[in-house]
Amino acid sequence: MSVESIFPRLEPLLPSVQKPIQYVGGELNSQAKDWDDATVRWALMYPDAYEVGLPNQGVQILYEILNEREGVLAERTYAVWPDMEQVMREHGIPQFTVDSHRPVGAFDVLGVSFSTELGYTNLLTALDLAGIPFEAAERDDSHPIVLAGGHAAFNPEPIADFLDAAVLGDGEEIALAITEVIREWKDEGEPGGRDGLLLRLAETGGVYVPKFYDVEYLPDGRIKRVAPNRPGVPWRVEKHTVMDLDQWPYPKKPLVPLAETVHERFSVEIFRGCTRGCRFCQAGMITRPVRERSITTIGAMVDEGIKQTGFTEVGLLSLSSADHSEIADVAKGLADRYEGTHTSLSLPSTRVDAFNITLANEFSRGGRRSGLTFAPEGGSERMRKVINKMVSEDDLIRTVTTAYENGWRQVKLYFMCGLPTETDEDVLEIAGMAKRVIQAGREATGRKDIRCTVSIGGFVPKPHTPFQWAAQTDHETVDRRLRLLRDELRSDKEYGRAIGLRYHDGQPSVIEGLLSRGDRRVGKVIRAVWEDGGRFDGWSEHFSYERWTASAEKALADEPVDVDWYTLRDRDEVEVLPWDHLDAGLDREWLWQDWQDAVDETEVEDCRWTPCYDCGVCPTMGTEIQIGPTGKKLLPLSVV
Amino acid sequence: MPEGPAPAPVIQRLRVRYAKRGRLRFTSHRDISRAVERAVRRAGIPVAFSAGFTPHPKISYAGAAATGVASEAEYLEIGLTEPRDPARVRAELDAALPPGLDIVDVVALPAGTGKSSALADRLQASEWRVRLGGVAEGDAAAAVSGFLDAGAVEVERLTKKGRRRFDVRAAVSALELAPDDRRGTGATDAPCAILRMVVRHTTPAVRPDDILTGLRQVADLAPPSPPLVTRLAQGPLDERTGELADPLDPDRETAAAAGDDAGRADGPALPRSGDAVGVDAVSARS
Repeated sequence: MSVESIFPRLEPLLPSVQKPIQYVGGELNSQAKDWDDATVRWALMYPDAYEVGLPNQGVQILYEILNEREGVLAERTYAVWPDMEQVMREHGIPQFTVDSHRPVGAFDVLGVSFSTELGYTNLLTALDLAGIPFEAAERDDSHPIVLAGGHAAFNPEPIADFLDAAVLGDGEEIALAITEVIREWKDEGEPGGRDGLLLRLAETGGVYVPKFYDVEYLPDGRIKRVAPNRPGVPWRVEKHTVMDLDQWPYPKKPLVPLAETVHERFSVEIFRGCTRGCRFCQAGMITRPVRERSITTIGAMVDEGIKQTGFTEVGLLSLSSADHSEIADVAKGLADRYEGTHTSLSLPSTRVDAFNITLANEFSRGGRRSGLTFAPEGGSERMRKVINKMVSEDDLIRTVTTAYENGWRQVKLYFMCGLPTETDEDVLEIAGMAKRVIQAGREATGRKDIRCTVSIGGFVPKPHTPFQWAAQTDHETVDRRLRLLRDELRSDKEYGRAIGLRYHDGQPSVIEGLLSRGDRRVGKVIRAVWEDGGRFDGWSEHFSYERWTASAEKALADEPVDVDWYTLRDRDEVEVLPWDHLDAGLDREWLWQDWQDAVDETEVEDCRWTPCYDCGVCPTMGTEIQIGPTGKKLLPLSVV
Repeated sequence: MPEGPAPAPVIQRLRVRYAKRGRLRFTSHRDISRAVERAVRRAGIPVAFSAGFTPHPKISYAGAAATGVASEAEYLEIGLTEPRDPARVRAELDAALPPGLDIVDVVALPAGTGKSSALADRLQASEWRVRLGGVAEGDAAAAVSGFLDAGAVEVERLTKKGRRRFDVRAAVSALELAPDDRRGTGATDAPCAILRMVVRHTTPAVRPDDILTGLRQVADLAPPSPPLVTRLAQGPLDERTGELADPLDPDRETAAAAGDDAGRADGPALPRSGDAVGVDAVSARS
């Protein structure tokens, strides 16, 4: 049975909504495969607005990999803005894909990629518009399997009741494996119906099916245990790791949107994983080990990506891009290749050292040297030892001096506020550091027009990190420290006006904290917020702290827990954490030891260049660090 | 100023007619400009760049149909650093654009063509087709004759200079009911009226929407759903015959006189003004 496009019904309504282009699809390199030729059909969702979701690498990679397979079809869907949601409700139009405008409810799988927990309410909007019951337990064989992935899926418990399944880690191989399980199950006549399929997926040990696990609680509200409730379902679910990135050179044909989006560039991941061991960084912990893409694959991907898209900017992505073992050759090779072609190169995440200035210089050949960004994260030396961000203030000053000497005029510094063990003094030291930066810049250049921007956000403890046991700092304290810092910067006549301060208030971090470390009981809060109109919680103009706290009070009235219990509470070593049955490969005892080291201000080296410190990932997951150098160089290409 | 050599000069200018069709009628002017810049790069067309810290490709646009309005006749001009065969550029640029943004015609201007031949000056009027779903032909015909009989029809609209009231009647050179190209095909049985109008480019601009506002004022014509508007042509208006000429013809003649045989590069399916172009068919297919 073929599935009709809803576009004829949608089209007359588009003139009445904001930015209608985001709903029409038709992007360069998008695909529209035949519905009837496919046996397994995926709807891939990024649960935020099109302008944010379209550039998402994860969705683009899976879209391409799935569509390359015969008999498999993948289309994309995004969160619709509230004005469109209203129009769709008025006219009975279901959540649709932008590729062929098919109703999401007709697909076999709705795969949702969660980069952040703040997309949870948007998941509910999509389910509701698609006619899919919120509760997985209420769905029948006609509904798609609702599957979550992305970093937030490493603790999917707050949305466990709304999910049929979740996967942890790299999506390339597991998306294809799930496709094969579905294909076989369909070929055999769908034995056991929906649960039959979910059981097959759960038995692999690589797909988490929440309803096959029961959570028991202690009278005080803590979790007693999480246990499988039927035979064949493993006690722990493992994350997935793609070991050879050169085997998966995606995206090959990136989508080129017509609408304006947040990243207008072609991005290539130059490696995955990070072993720097910053204790606040969930991405660095859950994506281990480090796996580099080779210089030759990077060069070929950039060449092909530019040809396929016409983008004028290339971003080299990773968690710490300057750490690629051949980054100097990559930078020089690409800068040589694209000199004079109006192609700009960017290196989004870099560490603080002078070597980066050399790279930045390569990337800005002949162009303007405006701003460089560094992330010391902690204001004081003590704080940086706690978070294991091994940068001394002298390192930073040396680095920015080199930057200013090389013609850079503005430096941006990123920090966090509310880190474990933090005091007012730790935060106030940021002011001193910023002043030294300006002073160094003025001395190095003899100019007065040196600028430095301090950007500071509230810290949220995340699962699968050493800080998973830590109490989050209350938002009143965070806001007070930010005000102290602002006053300290303003009071200085000589430097104050050269230093800009950007910060957000602390309340949204509390809700992010609730969703990050929440358990299944938090699902009731999310549903209550959605029913009260909560949408697009990652957008400050839509986010309402009052709505979240009021909904939490109501939804958790019969529970011995509340928002403070989830966020402000220190956990002890033996407490069962909601995500303990989900295996990111990290050894729990090592994480606890690292947490104790943090409190003792003891640092840990990067295992890429120093001996293994037994975080547990490589032996548990059967993986190992994959780094160069390959010794190869980028060959010059003839560029049009 | 940045270091390095001055940017390569423009030695050939190409005038391009393009269409926005089907669902891509929802592209804004900014969306189109980004898409064209990327397509020019993908197609390897040697576009010239401006000087300065942030060099921009030399692509300029002569007006632009509003977001949501389809068009068979939009115009832009590209400055090249090396001469190219216009026919090849037409094919390559078209292939590099997403389906729905289609290159219809490309004409080369000899180097040194002066400002006097500015394309914008030739775009004196537009021919529009407006599809009014849910409107009976009889009602539309009555409204049209009421409008044409009026000496002036003042409408109010928010312009860039604030709320303004202006006459729309004077700008209208032609307004009539056109045959429904979809009637009898089984595509639709609901009532539907098609208007064809030729409207002079004035300040403030009189848009098809303004004419519809006028029709509502004159005869209470109120379409139940948003109209589907398509620009069919724009160019010099012959006030005697009411016909629009092809604004690229003078450039073709100049090129031919200069012995440049690469003047004309029409697409294989260049729709003429008044033809039943496939716009609706494209959108219905999506």
